[in-house]
Amino acid sequence: MKRRKFDLAATPGKAAVGVDDRFQVATPLRKLLNKVFPDHWSFLLGEIALFSFVVLLLTGVFLTFFFEPAMTEVVYDGSYAPLQGTPMSAAYASSLDLSFDVRGGLVMRQMHHWSALLFMAAIVVHMLRVFFTGAFRKPRETNWIIGSLLFWVGFLAGFTGYSLPDDGLSGTGLRIASAIMLSIPVIGSWVTSSVFGGEFPGTIIISRFFIAHVLLIPGLLVALISVHLGLVFKQKHTQWPGPGRTNGNVVGERMFPRYALKQGGFFMVVFGVIALLGGLFQINPIWLFGPYEAWVVSAASQPDWYVMFLDGSTRLMPAWQINIPIGDGYVIPPLFWPTVVLPGILVGLSTMYPFLEARHLKDRKSHNLLQRPRDVPARTAVGAMAVAFYVVLTLSGANDVIADKFQISLNAMTWAGRIGLLVVPPLAYYVTYRLCLGLQQHDREVLAHGVETGIIRRLPDGRFVEVHQPLSASNGHADGHGQLEYVGWVVPKKMNRLGALGPAIRGFFYPIEKPVEAPVSPGHPPVEARPEREEIGSGESRR
Amino acid sequence: MSTHTEHQAPQGREPLDVNDPTLTRFDIVREGARRDDIEIVHYEPQVLPGTKAERRLTRVVAGFFLITGLAATAFLAIYIWWPWQYEPGRGGDKFYTPLLGATLGVALLAVGFGILTWGKKLLPKEVSIQDRHEGVVDAEGRTITGQTMLYLADELGVKRRPLLGISLLAGLAPVAAVAAAPLVGGLISQPHKNNQMFTTGFGAAEGGERIRLVREDGRPIRPADVSAGGQITVFPGIEEGVSNKHADSPTLLIHLRSSDAEQSRRANERIGHGDYMWGDYAAFSKICTHAGCPASLYEQQTNRLLCPCHQSQFLITDNARPVFGPASRRLPQLPIEVDSEGFFVAKSDYTETVGPDFWERP
Repeated sequence: MKRRKFDLAATPGKAAVGVDDRFQVATPLRKLLNKVFPDHWSFLLGEIALFSFVVLLLTGVFLTFFFEPAMTEVVYDGSYAPLQGTPMSAAYASSLDLSFDVRGGLVMRQMHHWSALLFMAAIVVHMLRVFFTGAFRKPRETNWIIGSLLFWVGFLAGFTGYSLPDDGLSGTGLRIASAIMLSIPVIGSWVTSSVFGGEFPGTIIISRFFIAHVLLIPGLLVALISVHLGLVFKQKHTQWPGPGRTNGNVVGERMFPRYALKQGGFFMVVFGVIALLGGLFQINPIWLFGPYEAWVVSAASQPDWYVMFLDGSTRLMPAWQINIPIGDGYVIPPLFWPTVVLPGILVGLSTMYPFLEARHLKDRKSHNLLQRPRDVPARTAVGAMAVAFYVVLTLSGANDVIADKFQISLNAMTWAGRIGLLVVPPLAYYVTYRLCLGLQQHDREVLAHGVETGIIRRLPDGRFVEVHQPLSASNGHADGHGQLEYVGWVVPKKMNRLGALGPAIRGFFYPIEKPVEAPVSPGHPPVEARPEREEIGSGESRR
Repeated sequence: MSTHTEHQAPQGREPLDVNDPTLTRFDIVREGARRDDIEIVHYEPQVLPGTKAERRLTRVVAGFFLITGLAATAFLAIYIWWPWQYEPGRGGDKFYTPLLGATLGVALLAVGFGILTWGKKLLPKEVSIQDRHEGVVDAEGRTITGQTMLYLADELGVKRRPLLGISLLAGLAPVAAVAAAPLVGGLISQPHKNNQMFTTGFGAAEGGERIRLVREDGRPIRPADVSAGGQITVFPGIEEGVSNKHADSPTLLIHLRSSDAEQSRRANERIGHGDYMWGDYAAFSKICTHAGCPASLYEQQTNRLLCPCHQSQFLITDNARPVFGPASRRLPQLPIEVDSEGFFVAKSDYTETVGPDFWERP
C-alpha cells in the first residue's frame, strides 16, 4: 500500500472542513468574527468590572484551598508572633495562616480584596456612564435592571466575603448586620435567629456565609453577567452620534482582529494593575485587628467603601423611635429606616428609572444613539443629585475619621451630614442644570460664530475684537457666518482641534521619517464620506 | 421580498463569486462582511511595510513581551528563593509580597501594553458599518408565533375544560411548598428559646446565687481595683462568661468621681433604680442599644460614653440616656453590690433588654 504524502500546510484546512462537516459552524463563526463594535473610552468601564470579576474567581478559588470556614475555637500557633497563644476561631486562624504560612498567600488574598473593591467601583462608574449618556433607554431597560441588581449582588458578595476572616473589624460589621435584621418590624428577631442559628453570633454564621460567598452568590453573579453580556451582544452596543452614525447602524470595528486584541490587552492591564495593588498596597490587615470579641472595637471602624454609604445613613439618622402602644408595646427602632427602607427605596428608584423617564417624556421609541449629558439637562441634574446624595452619605460614613484628622467636632460633622443630605442634592441639581444649559449655549455660539483664535484685532475706530474662525464657509450672510446644525456631538472649540498647532513631523529628537503622503490602502480607493448628512444626529428634540 | 435584500439594495451589487481566482483575500473578507450587512468603508494601514516606523513599532512590541518574560522569571525566582516566612521585626520577608506583586504586575502590564500596541498601532485602522435590523419589525412572524401559541392553548383545551387548569394549579401549589419546606423549616429558629433575648450571663445562676463581675482574664474585682474616674470592662463570672457565647453580657464598670456619683444616684432614684449603684460605682451594658457595637469610648470630663460605630453618645450621670446620635434607648444598668469577700457581684440580671432594639421588646 502506498503511503500517502503528509502535507503539513493543508492540515488546519482539512481539520476545519472536518469540523464544519459535523457542526456547520463556518457561517455563524464568520458572523461572530465580523460583528461590529463601536469604540469609545467610556465603553471600557464595564469591562473593568468584568475583568475584575475574572480575577476574583481566579484568586478566590486559590483562597478556598486554605480557608477553613469554622467558628470552632482554636489557639493560634502560627508564625505571626504577636497573636501566638490567642484563642480565636478556626476561620480567623486559617486566614492568618493564609497570610503568613502559605507561600504567596498574602498576595493572593490582597489581590482578591483589591479586585473586589475595583469590581464594585467599576460597576458604579459604568452605571454612571450608562445613566448620563441615556444608554439605558429602550430597548436596553432589561440590561439596566440587571446592572443595578449586579451592584446589589456584588454588595452582598463583598459583605459576605469580608466577614469570613472573622477578625475584630468584620465581626463588628456582622454584629451591626444582625442588629439591622433585628430592626425589621414583626419578623426581625425571627430573621436574625434563623440566619445566625440562634442568638448572635452563634457558631454557624461563618460556614453559611462561606457557602453563600463561594457558591450561591458567585453563581448568581455569573448568571446575571452572562445575560448582561448576551443582551449587549444581541441588542448591539450603543454609539455616539457622529459622521455616518444613525439610529439604525453600528459604526466601528469588526470584532476580529483589532477590537479583540485591544480587549485582550486591556484585560492584561487590569489584571496587572490588580497585581500591583495586591502586592504593593496593604489592604485589610486582619492580623492588626485581632480576633472578633464582642466587647472590643476601635475608633475609625469603617467598612469597605461600597458599604460606607449605609454606614453614613445610619450615623445621620436621628433617634426617632416609633412606639406602638398595643399589648406589651412594640417598637420600630430608628435603625430600620436608614438600613432597610433606604436601600429598598434606592433599589426601586434606580431599577425603575428608565420606565419613569420614558413615561414622563412619553417616549416609546428605540434609541441606539447616546446623548451628551449637556443635551439632557434634567436627567443629568437628577443624576448629579443622586451622586451628591451618595457622596454625602459616604463621607458621613467616615465622619469620625474626618473629625479626627481635621480637628472638627464630631457632633458638628454629624449635623453637617444631616443638613448636607437635605441641602446639597437640590443644589447639585440646580448647578448641574445651569451648567448644562451654559455648555449647550456655548456649543451653539461656536457653531454660529466660530472658534476663538486668541487673536485680538484693533479696529480703525479703536475698538478691540477677537477674531473668530468660522467652522463653515460663509453662505452669503451679511455677517459672514455660516449656519451649522448641532448634531449631538463634540463641537471643536480650540484652534488645534481644527488642525492648527498640531505636531508637524513625528519624532522625538529628530524627524524619524518624511511626512508620508496620505496613506492609501492597497487596492481600496479612499472612501468618501457618506452623502446623507441630514441623518447625523441624535434624532432627539433638543431642550 | 425579505428585508435582507432591501438593506443591501442601496449598494446595488451582485454577490461576488468567492471562487473567482482573481479575487484577493481581502476581497473575500469584504464580501463576507457584506453578506452580514457590514460595509467596510474605511481600511487604512497605519504603517507601511518596510518603513522605519514599522520596524520601530515592532521593536517596541517585542520589547514589551521580553519585559514580560523577564518579570515573570523574576517572579518565579523570588517565589522560590526569597525568604518568605514571617520573622518578627524588619527583615527580607517583609518584601516578599510586594516583590511578588510588583513582578507579577509588571509582567501582566507589559504583555497588556505589548498586545495593545500591536493592535492599536500595527494593525490597519478601519471603520465598518453594520446594520442593526432593529426598526424592521417582522409583523408576519409575530402573527404566526402568536397564533401558534394560542393554538397550543386550544389544543390543551384549558378553556373548555377549566377543571384541568384548576386541578393542576391546586396540585402544583403544594409541590412548590414541598420544595420550600425543608429549607425554611431547617433554617428557622425560635428567637425566644430560653428567653435568650431578654437575659444575659449575669442572670444565669441557679438557686439565687449572685454572679461575680470578672475581668477579661477571669479574676474577680475589688472596688479598690478601679480608681476614681476609671472604668473597666467586666464579664459574668460564669463558665465561658468571657467569650462571644455571651455576646450581650460585656459590661462597663465605672468608678465615678464623688460629685458625678451623687448626680448619678439622684438620676437613678428618679426612675426607681435607687439601689443599682454601689458607692460611687455604676455598671452599664457595653452593648450599644443602637446596633450592638461595644460603646467603649468613655470621656471622663463629660461622663459621656461614645459608641465608635455610629457615634451615639450616652450621658452616664443621667442613667446613660442617649444625648446624641442615632441611639434612641438608654444603656441598661446592672444592679451591683459587693459580696462578703469584698468582690463585686451582680444583684440580679439586667432589668431592661440589652443590645439592639427589636419589634417585640416590651
